[in-house]
Amino acid sequence: MFFYTLPRPRAEERKKERETTMLKDRNLIAPSDFTLEEIEELLRLSERIIQSPERYADCCRGKLMASLFYEPSTRTKFSFDAAMLRLGGNTLGFSDPNTSSTAKGETIADSARTIGKYADLIVVRHPKEGTAKLMSRYASCPVINAGDGGHHHPTQTLTDLLTIRHYKGDFSGLTIGVCGDLKFGRTIHSLVTCMARYENVKFLFISPEELTMPAFVKEELIAKGVPFTETTDLVGAISQLDVLYMSRVQRERFISEEEYLRLKDYFILTADKMALAKADMIVMHPLPRINEIATEVDDDPRAAYFEQVRYGMFVRMALIMKLLGAKEPA
Amino acid sequence: MVNVSKIKEGIVIDHIRAGHGYKIFQQLGLDRLDDVVVLMRNVDSEKMGRKDLIKIESNLDINLDVLGLIDPGATISYIKDGERVKKVSLTPPQTVTGILTCRNPRCITNQEHITNVKFHLVDTSTNQYACEYCDARTRL
Repeated sequence: MFFYTLPRPRAEERKKERETTMLKDRNLIAPSDFTLEEIEELLRLSERIIQSPERYADCCRGKLMASLFYEPSTRTKFSFDAAMLRLGGNTLGFSDPNTSSTAKGETIADSARTIGKYADLIVVRHPKEGTAKLMSRYASCPVINAGDGGHHHPTQTLTDLLTIRHYKGDFSGLTIGVCGDLKFGRTIHSLVTCMARYENVKFLFISPEELTMPAFVKEELIAKGVPFTETTDLVGAISQLDVLYMSRVQRERFISEEEYLRLKDYFILTADKMALAKADMIVMHPLPRINEIATEVDDDPRAAYFEQVRYGMFVRMALIMKLLGAKEPA
Repeated sequence: MVNVSKIKEGIVIDHIRAGHGYKIFQQLGLDRLDDVVVLMRNVDSEKMGRKDLIKIESNLDINLDVLGLIDPGATISYIKDGERVKKVSLTPPQTVTGILTCRNPRCITNQEHITNVKFHLVDTSTNQYACEYCDARTRL
């Protein structure tokens, strides 16, 4: 009798195999679903894709992504579709629920069961909170939450993290300013709680008193020992910042019209305010922008919000690859 | 003061926070029981000032999760031949299924009518639970 011993894969290959499969068949419903190590690996892959996207053009050939948009969101849908198509895969889906079986009264659970039989991956956006989680219970393929009402939008958080990482190299030592409607801004809550998992980060919360950061976010920062300051003064705060994350102050959030008119300009970013900021500060925004960033800021090299959109596509490419267990090109 | 005699066989739910007795009565479905059940409200208590008390003359299988949810401070005594044979202190359950419903109107569980939604204990001081789908906090 002969025994053959297979050669053991080298440590490098084993590491690569582990990185390829670490998120295979997982779902992404909330930003906290992934560990810091898993997020780091996603960001590293995103950076490699940014360096030479053409190398990844065939990574998901033969794979099918269903993008189910039960409410309109052109940018997010385009971003996911573009990401899959750039990986060589295909997409199917809808952006109007009236054209889906939901209009006939099909439950989300049944839709998940059915669509999971056609597709290798489901991306879902729905106005009701918890829908993506419900779908993940019944689909036989991974599910990505592309926004469930005011609850989670984890790929926006990944987009924000990649943008900061790309411009700043590292999160450590950064002072992040978030400005505008901090009370209802779910992308801001996710970003702050996710960044609080990194060491040596501090926050400046800039908002009208009516729209301050909710207690549950501040309690989490206090529990983790992450320093933060609250202010209503963007002009006074801007010089301290490495990153300024803007969001819209919406008229309907104010009790009185007078109060809105009195405060709104304080939270509009203009070229004058940018003149007070550091030379390497970056400005971010989840978009769409209404009037909270004056268009004169768009030409400032520190305006990162349109590049942020591009990074959103790259991080979604990385995420799709990871959930499908797609191998990186040699 | 109204006096209710000791029971020979059954269960005594004592040290219920005043005002919570009726909630327990309803949630345990005691109104549907054929056996003798007594709900006493606002009974004088040295320890609590006032308390509610329930006596059930039946060996009912009580859902301790429901009791822990409503009033984790309540105690349960099992009586046999007029003597207490077991006393149980309650703690709020870490997770409950099928008892709470999500009060968030934007939660998918209210659109799809999902039963058996799991809720996780998130605040022991207020006995608040979070919906597994939308994370909205609720209590019984």
